[in-house]
Amino acid sequence: MNTNYPIAIDHDGKSIWKFLLSEMNPKGKFLTPFNIISIPIMLLGLGLIVYRFIYGIGSITNLTQDTPWGLWIGFDVVTGVAFAGGAYVLTFMVYILNMQKYHSIVRVTVLNGFLAYVFYAGALLLDLGRPWHVINPIIGNGFGVSSVLFLVAWHFLLYMIAQLIEFSPAIAEWLGARRAHKILSGMTIAAVIFGITLSTLHQSGLGALYLMAKDKIHPLWYSEFIPIMFFVSSIFAGLSMVIFEGSISHRVFFSQISEKNHKSQNTIIHGLAKICAGTMFAYFFLKMLVFIHEQHWDLLNTPMGYWFMLEMLGFVLLPMILFFYSYRTNSILMVKVAAILTMLGVILNRLNVTVIGFRWDMAIRYVPSWMEFVVTMAVIFTEIWIFRWVINRMPVLRDSPSWATEKE
Amino acid sequence: MGLDRRVFFKLLGATGITLAIGKESVAKPTNKNEVEFYGVLYDSSRCVGCRTCEYECAKAHGLPEPLSEVAAVRKTDETCNTVVNTYQTSKGEVYIKRQCMHCNQPACAAACLTQAMHKNETGPVTWNGDKCMGCRYCMVSCPFDMPKFEFHSANPKIQKCDMCFDRQKAGEKPTCVTNCPNEALMYGTRRDLIKEARRRIYEKPDLYVDQIYGEHDAGGTGWLYIASVPFEELGMKTNLQQSSYPALTKGFLYSVPSVFVLFPTILLGIHQATKNNQHKKQEEDEY
Repeated sequence: MNTNYPIAIDHDGKSIWKFLLSEMNPKGKFLTPFNIISIPIMLLGLGLIVYRFIYGIGSITNLTQDTPWGLWIGFDVVTGVAFAGGAYVLTFMVYILNMQKYHSIVRVTVLNGFLAYVFYAGALLLDLGRPWHVINPIIGNGFGVSSVLFLVAWHFLLYMIAQLIEFSPAIAEWLGARRAHKILSGMTIAAVIFGITLSTLHQSGLGALYLMAKDKIHPLWYSEFIPIMFFVSSIFAGLSMVIFEGSISHRVFFSQISEKNHKSQNTIIHGLAKICAGTMFAYFFLKMLVFIHEQHWDLLNTPMGYWFMLEMLGFVLLPMILFFYSYRTNSILMVKVAAILTMLGVILNRLNVTVIGFRWDMAIRYVPSWMEFVVTMAVIFTEIWIFRWVINRMPVLRDSPSWATEKE
Repeated sequence: MGLDRRVFFKLLGATGITLAIGKESVAKPTNKNEVEFYGVLYDSSRCVGCRTCEYECAKAHGLPEPLSEVAAVRKTDETCNTVVNTYQTSKGEVYIKRQCMHCNQPACAAACLTQAMHKNETGPVTWNGDKCMGCRYCMVSCPFDMPKFEFHSANPKIQKCDMCFDRQKAGEKPTCVTNCPNEALMYGTRRDLIKEARRRIYEKPDLYVDQIYGEHDAGGTGWLYIASVPFEELGMKTNLQQSSYPALTKGFLYSVPSVFVLFPTILLGIHQATKNNQHKKQEEDEY
């Protein structure tokens, strides 16, 4: 190794490789309730994935010729990416609008977003029939530029790179790589601007995927404005996830968080609640406009109509009101309840477009098999494992080392 | 900078015109080589429901031979590219052949991110296994639900009618057309087929319903249908939009370049503005 160019400082006299190896070891107790639940599911999921690659997608899923996309696309990809929207919203607030109040939660949110993209978009590989051709649109074995999915695929790839750059200073701090840290920190703002642009387009792009399925989606959910709806809802979906994840992280990783950040947590949560309430109001208003414009009053008095009203009133309007009130009454509990309701509402909305409302008129409906659920759970658990591994090692929740925060 | 109001409006106008003309030129067909789309005219009133086309199609595409006893109404699937269905209608038993419609502007091809689904310039929509990644977005998008996926294969293919593209390249007609014993199928350029269909309807107005299915449906299809009963009675989708399906995503895709140019500029601008604010605030604090 070239000693003139230290990529890492000494870690207690250990070389960088020994350091990396030692970091692979688990930290903390192994037999926690979370591990006991997650390990069997992850192993079962792995087994199912192997089985799927031998006997085909139909061997473990209930997909049919009429519903070619099921839970893995509708939940893992479409819903998962909406929840990862917090990263672009927060980077916008902190780096573009310079709202320093939220700086302490940017890193963990970007990490969460990055892992969500890697895992949930990665889960897409399981759903591809011919995954060995996944690089074709990247290497140009057919640039399908007229395809919305082409746009989404490229954006996933580019956004993952942008998020990795946004997060990379934390990796450099972990490795003690000072020079790399300086270079990577300098790239942050470019990555942020690029990342927000990409996010705007692919959050709405996920909705635009379904534009051509005009005759297949229930008219209460299909409109030409799906892309805009998906984009607006990704803002509060992402922020609700930040609130939810933050309140768990603050308990689980209590020891890592500095006194100062603990104190600012509540003001941060109330700030986010305010933004959620505002965007949800805009979303609800847009939804109503589209509904009135499309003149589907007659459909309201059908089972799907009740389902639609449940989504709109119970999981958009209600959490919106709760967010508003929580701000007025200063209640953290109410914010958390509202965040959970909002997240359920986003899951409901995405599934209504992609699974429940898709081919709603079929005699035999697609219902995901238990194996699809297990694989989905396995993907989520694996992501949480990696998340925990990173949090325990890199300065994500805890403060950066002093050398990194010094102003040049 | 000498950018006064007048110059600004001139620039704005020029930009607008450029955008408008730019769109126009994209929509125009290129006149490099005048190849017309070929298609097939299916005359349901001539079809006797013998299902010879099913057998010949399976033979030509290496698919399992169809069963001799089948349900009256079926769908194509990954083992058969065409089916002949039987409907009890107001005019008695009527047959209708189903297969990929080979749209003029296919949703499947517009949906495909690797161009594995491809509209050939002579008309057939074909699938290329070297490009396809098996995402099944073509299936989600197709208004006729024609691409079928081998869900139970480790190396799955998309199956659908390819209008015997290889035979067409060799100058032959599709195998179903060649082997139809009752001339219910007719192969030719789409333009000629529409003329022929009109002629038949005009000559026998009592026999035919005055509609050519596929002339405008889904923006026009390569396969054209005429029949003695309304197409609703034959299980055909008659509520499809009359413009092409790829047009539905056009607005979104056109917005992409604008967002890509405008967003970074605006974001950078806001970033600079707020950064300066903060410097000012710090300076104020220092005083």
